[in-house]
Amino acid sequence: MPIAGVMLQLMSKVNILAIANHPEILETIVRLINQQDAWNGIPAGSIAEAEEALRLNSIDLVLLGVGVDEETGERIVSLCQSIDPRIACLRHFGGGSGLLYSEIRHALAGG
Amino acid sequence: MKNSVLHPAASRFHADHGWLKSAQTFSFHGNYDPQRIQFGALRVLNDDTVNGGKGFGRHPHDNMEIISIPLEGTLEHQDSMGNVAVINPGEIQVMSAGTGIYHTEFNKDADEPVTFLQIWLYPNKLNVAPRYDQMEYASGDRHNRFQQILSPDPDDEGVWIHQNAWFHLADLDEGFEAEYHLKNNDNGVYVFVIEGSIEVNGQVLAARDGYGFWPEPAVAVKALAESALLVIEVPEKW
Repeated sequence: MPIAGVMLQLMSKVNILAIANHPEILETIVRLINQQDAWNGIPAGSIAEAEEALRLNSIDLVLLGVGVDEETGERIVSLCQSIDPRIACLRHFGGGSGLLYSEIRHALAGG
Repeated sequence: MKNSVLHPAASRFHADHGWLKSAQTFSFHGNYDPQRIQFGALRVLNDDTVNGGKGFGRHPHDNMEIISIPLEGTLEHQDSMGNVAVINPGEIQVMSAGTGIYHTEFNKDADEPVTFLQIWLYPNKLNVAPRYDQMEYASGDRHNRFQQILSPDPDDEGVWIHQNAWFHLADLDEGFEAEYHLKNNDNGVYVFVIEGSIEVNGQVLAARDGYGFWPEPAVAVKALAESALLVIEVPEKW
């Protein structure tokens, strides 16, 4: 596929930044996200990685996963608001496929 | 009645994976309905049947209070904390996933299916240390009365979790009337009929129906047939 085609495909996907400090759970979440054709999962294993990802990518949705405490979560939300108020932030619970898809669908639907 | 939700058994999501048949009261995995997300802190109520010798392979959980109640058959649990356990009807298993845990859940029997309720509650604390526990309770202690099997207090009856929630089971004879008294008057109550038929505050429920509401401090229950029920008391906000 030409590079322009790849770029268009990536741009048309929903970019979802998943933040979690548990490497295996983070890998699982991103793999599950990427199983959906319309979604693109971007991992961040630390707050520094998350902040960098937010500055370098056009993120649509942020999942605050395991290890992100309340205070840090609020910091991420504030950063998202300052970058683009349309970025939705939500707390991900469960660490696997059980709740992930409905959490994302609910957030994308404005829930 | 204000703020009540009725979930007839047939209205649940149904997933059939061959080895697993799952009736799901709330949105789960690929099933999504914005009107069926949760009842307060109660997020998952799955009524699962797993074929003999089959089960859930190694998978992770975090930040969730996960409770399993076997109804028929035997479950075998193994987790990344080194726990290996078998649970049978008359027992309850609880796992606080907290900062992260991996586990497997298999039908211990090679031939007979296992049916169990898989219940997830949002925790009232994030990133707690993972823990596992299970407990046996005497079946006679719930004949025509509510038997507590879960609470937020490690020193109270039953297992405990990181949430201000209480679970009670009851086996009621036909015609028997009982009152459930809330532990916290701000909580909601979700009644799930395991077997039989009951009337709760004027609402008639059949087997596997669920009914959630924010009641008066006492909930009147009448068994319309010999019945078994699970009462889940949960906060609306936490």
